[in-house]
Amino acid sequence: MSAPGSPRLVDSFTAPKEILQEFADLAEEENIDPFAETASKRQIASRQSDYHNRRFSRVAQDSADAFKHVEEGTEVEGGYKDAMRLARLEQEELRVRRAIEEKERQEREEGKMKMDLDKTPPAAELEEVERELAAAHELAKSRDTSSGTKRKRRWDVSEPTDENVDPNRSDKGEWSKEALEASATKKRRSRWDATPADAGAVGETPKRSRWDQTPVAVEAPMTQIIMNAPGFQQEDKHNRYLSDEELDAVLPATGYAIVTPPPGYAPSVAPRKFMATPVTEVGGFQIQESSDAAALAAAAGLAPELPTEIPGVGSLAFFKAEDAQYFAKILKEEDETELSVDEMKERKIMRLLLKIKNGTPPVRKTALRQITDKAREFGAGPLFDKILPLLMERTLEDQERHLLVKVIDRVLYKLDDLVRPYVHKILVVIEPLLIDEDYYARVEGREIISNLSKAAGLAHMISTMRPDIDHADEYVRNTTARAFSVVASALGIPSLLPFLKAVCRSKKSWQARHTGIRIVQQIAIMMGCAVLPHLRNLVNCIAHGLADEQQKVRTMTALGLAALAEAAAPYGIESFDEVLKPLWLGIRLHRGKGLAAFLKAIGFIIPLMDPEYASYYTKEVTVILIREFQTSDEEMKKIVLKVVKQCAATEGVTPQYIKQDILPDFFKAFWVRRMALDRRNYRQVVETTVELAQKSGVSEIVGRIVNELKDEAEPYRKMVMETITKVVATLGASDIDERLEVRLVDGIIYSFQEQTTEDQVMLDGFGTVVNALGIRVKPYLTQIVSTILWRLNNKSAKVRQQAADLTTRLAVVIKQCGEDQLLSKLGLVLFEQLGEEYPDTLGSIIAAEGAIANVVGMTQMNPPVKDLLPRMTPILRNRHEKVQEASINLIGRIADRGAEFVPAREWMRICFELLDLLKAHKKGTRGAAVYSFGYIASSLGPQDVLSVLLTNLRVQERQSRVCSTVAIAIVAETCGPFTCIPAILNEYRTAELNVRTGCLKALTFVFEYVGPQSAYYCDSVVTMLEDALTDRDLVHRQTASVIVKHLALGVAGLGCEDSMLHLMNLVWPNCFETSPHVIGAVMDAIEAMRVTLGPGVLLSYVLQGLFHPARKVREVYWRIYNALYLGAADALVPFYPDLGELSEGQNVYDRHPLQVFI
Amino acid sequence: MSSELRYTANTQLEHLHARYTGTGHADLTKYDWLTHQHRDTLSSIVGHPTLTSYLAIADGESIGRVKFEMTERMLQPCGPPPRKDED
Repeated sequence: MSAPGSPRLVDSFTAPKEILQEFADLAEEENIDPFAETASKRQIASRQSDYHNRRFSRVAQDSADAFKHVEEGTEVEGGYKDAMRLARLEQEELRVRRAIEEKERQEREEGKMKMDLDKTPPAAELEEVERELAAAHELAKSRDTSSGTKRKRRWDVSEPTDENVDPNRSDKGEWSKEALEASATKKRRSRWDATPADAGAVGETPKRSRWDQTPVAVEAPMTQIIMNAPGFQQEDKHNRYLSDEELDAVLPATGYAIVTPPPGYAPSVAPRKFMATPVTEVGGFQIQESSDAAALAAAAGLAPELPTEIPGVGSLAFFKAEDAQYFAKILKEEDETELSVDEMKERKIMRLLLKIKNGTPPVRKTALRQITDKAREFGAGPLFDKILPLLMERTLEDQERHLLVKVIDRVLYKLDDLVRPYVHKILVVIEPLLIDEDYYARVEGREIISNLSKAAGLAHMISTMRPDIDHADEYVRNTTARAFSVVASALGIPSLLPFLKAVCRSKKSWQARHTGIRIVQQIAIMMGCAVLPHLRNLVNCIAHGLADEQQKVRTMTALGLAALAEAAAPYGIESFDEVLKPLWLGIRLHRGKGLAAFLKAIGFIIPLMDPEYASYYTKEVTVILIREFQTSDEEMKKIVLKVVKQCAATEGVTPQYIKQDILPDFFKAFWVRRMALDRRNYRQVVETTVELAQKSGVSEIVGRIVNELKDEAEPYRKMVMETITKVVATLGASDIDERLEVRLVDGIIYSFQEQTTEDQVMLDGFGTVVNALGIRVKPYLTQIVSTILWRLNNKSAKVRQQAADLTTRLAVVIKQCGEDQLLSKLGLVLFEQLGEEYPDTLGSIIAAEGAIANVVGMTQMNPPVKDLLPRMTPILRNRHEKVQEASINLIGRIADRGAEFVPAREWMRICFELLDLLKAHKKGTRGAAVYSFGYIASSLGPQDVLSVLLTNLRVQERQSRVCSTVAIAIVAETCGPFTCIPAILNEYRTAELNVRTGCLKALTFVFEYVGPQSAYYCDSVVTMLEDALTDRDLVHRQTASVIVKHLALGVAGLGCEDSMLHLMNLVWPNCFETSPHVIGAVMDAIEAMRVTLGPGVLLSYVLQGLFHPARKVREVYWRIYNALYLGAADALVPFYPDLGELSEGQNVYDRHPLQVFI
Repeated sequence: MSSELRYTANTQLEHLHARYTGTGHADLTKYDWLTHQHRDTLSSIVGHPTLTSYLAIADGESIGRVKFEMTERMLQPCGPPPRKDED
């Protein structure tokens, strides 16, 4: 830092940065849509990563219900066999594509191919590639012809798609490489989406020149669910052609002539589609019902307004442009008589879904119930045909997704095994939820998959998901693994184990093994310690993966083992026996990512071991760890730190070993400035160091880093401070010797003074260390306090606030050291600061003053309490929460301990101010205010306070009145009920409703607080209660019932049965009330009466109506009977009526044992 | 159903009640209610040693016998359930 006052050299003079920034902001503000950002945030697809959005390129297929077909004796179609064939086909396709890409790359490298794409490559190459493609195509065809499945669903995989690829390929041959590239890229997304916009988006050249070819693809009305994305519709709004009317509006009326189109020009059918900006690489959605002009217009954004009123649906909360395409059919009026049954059903489902998705809560609720009730009637097909495409909508928002998922959940429950054919489709849509960043979405996803697997059964789930296990796309495998783990938790691990074993040992593809092991990992993560019973089997399942020839499989195996060990901790080490050797051998063999995973597994296994083994294995691994300290890989760094932490925490590792073998290298590698810059590294290093300190002791660690407190990098100082704070907080400062103590305090003061951003870390550190040192800090106190005093007068409000906060923390220690002198100095300075204008700072200053008053005591307090309190009165009007809370705490404490130092007049003034605090938002503040009334009343005598409070019952605000009633009750509790009850009873005679209710409320609290003391007062309040219980006002009777309850419970066994019985008679008729709060209060009062009067009396009341002819009466009486019965079943026995006369035939109702006498 | 709607705030209480044996409802028959009363009486006798020994003296039986008989009688204290009317 440069000395104050020394001139600083500046290279140029310009306006301050803030001002420039402000201008820039202003300029930008002009054309900003303030809601644009939030709107896009709400859309799930737009805020998720590319990886998440890969869900849009998944293909779903029918999963035939094998069980059903077996029952019916028909051939299974479109089932597992087909799915597997399809999966193989896709792999083959991928391979071919890779081969093509590889070839191209080679050619480019060799310089054979020029960048000019129009140039035709040698015919031989072309043919070769073409042959390969043809082979793949042939394979596809053979599948289609052999299976010959009839598929109805429009997102289905289907034959015409192939035809679409075919013509493109065959006549694009002339266009050379470029055409091939186009078809290849297109296929990567998924070759099943053969919509025109897609192709248009990919290769502009071919498409543009062949207008007429496009619409051909439309004739095949099939898009997969995934491809219903309206990406380009959105774009369309802005890129569509201007209509004639619009042009008329834009251009001046004169000076222009409309030119007729040249002869031979025919506008294409839907020019809109071709103008889709190629930026959106989204497959296009084709509106199937092209006849519906309204929907088309709406989808294109041409419709001026979106409807909120749909025929047959009613009004909706909102309606989005994208909804129009899904709900086109119900947007216009139709003649229902012309529709077939199926069509009617479809309309009905759409209406219900629209209500659920876009309706207001009540509408949604009824619709949801209807769709659930009718689920089986609608059938799985029609339902899911409508629901699933909606879920794959790109503009879907959280709320909509939640509702649709809820629909699926409800419907699943009803449909049960009817869902089988749709399992895969549902999975494709639901699996992405499992990797959603939102926790609740993940839970929802799990719930659905778990219900799905219970409905469809294990065998069906396996046969459906099996093809995805070695899918070419990593995304698919990842989500499938997670889904499988959910299935395992739903149906039990044992039932899935044989399958898992087989998958993990798959010889055919490493992807299958990889996924299998990942399933085990996910099971461990999801089920936690529930894996313990199956631990050995699960470990057994994946153990061989450690020696797999594929690096990815080895890595995943290690991660799986880590997850298992973490889930099993601290049990189950014996299950890991077989993997110990390969793991420890592995860390010597591998490098990089593989090594990181192995280390991670070891880190989790070591804590499970017995001490002596743990010590041995730690020593083995330490060598590698120390080597990897030097790594530059962030991931590896994190894992190494974590493993060090885990090893250090195990029992078997000795402090000696840590001090000698780990600490030197550890500090050399990790305690460097660079580590403080990355947030995650920072945290890891701090955590690990704290863990090491647990073993090696405070002085060892603090001694190593204490000098760094004076480092010039602030983030690094902060990291040191945080570590010291944590170490000292857990282990204390007794280990710190004198020399270290000097360095430590010195460093702390230095870093506290040098901070540029006032940070909680520094404050906490200072407070913790000083408190831990306790009396040893005495020599430094003068210095510390002068620092505080200096900072209390600082220009920056933050600095002042921090200084005040520090005072709060140090007050106790300063008192311990006997430095009352310093305390009173601080107190005075803080007192002078009470005029502070920044509320946050003011709050801290008041809190500090309170802390000092706390330790010093009211008599020694400097400034004297009689000066301090009047100064606080105006501050009470401050509306800032922190100020309010701090000042009410201070005042409450003064009222409690030193009320006599302040004149009564001042207290009354404070009482009035306190009434305002009863409206505070924070519950703590209100509570403190209420208690302050109690303290003030006990020192001043209750009369004045009480009259203030009773008057306050007249105000409008409910909260204020409620708090007054509580305060009255507290006054009654502290000063004795006799001081308050007469006043309350008197006030009750006021004609104002609010006041009377307030009085009743106050009495409820009074009797609740005073308990058995109420026996002295119960006769006095009976007349008032009579009045209240016979009042027309419901609330009166309710509150009176609450009073009766507290009263009855208070006087139980104290001989007030006569008046209680009287009250009981008044309460009883209220048992037919229907308002929930009233009936609740009445039932409570009756229950309390059972305690006071005994169950026998109550039974005689109840018997009157148990068999009453009116059901309404019987229901209420049985309710009371049940409560009575549960409360005192045994005590009722002698009171049951003798009903022997009712005996008839075999049924004798005499209770003979009770008629016996000696 | 109607009672459930009426006591919305206390529906949970109602469910709780229904979980215990011996509680009743608006459609409980005379036989059922009295059977519960008898069982309660018998179990009360078995549960209070003074009552048991009182009965034992009155009947001239051993206490164990009384207990046993009381417990046995709990099965159908008021005889078999009356046949339901067909309507």
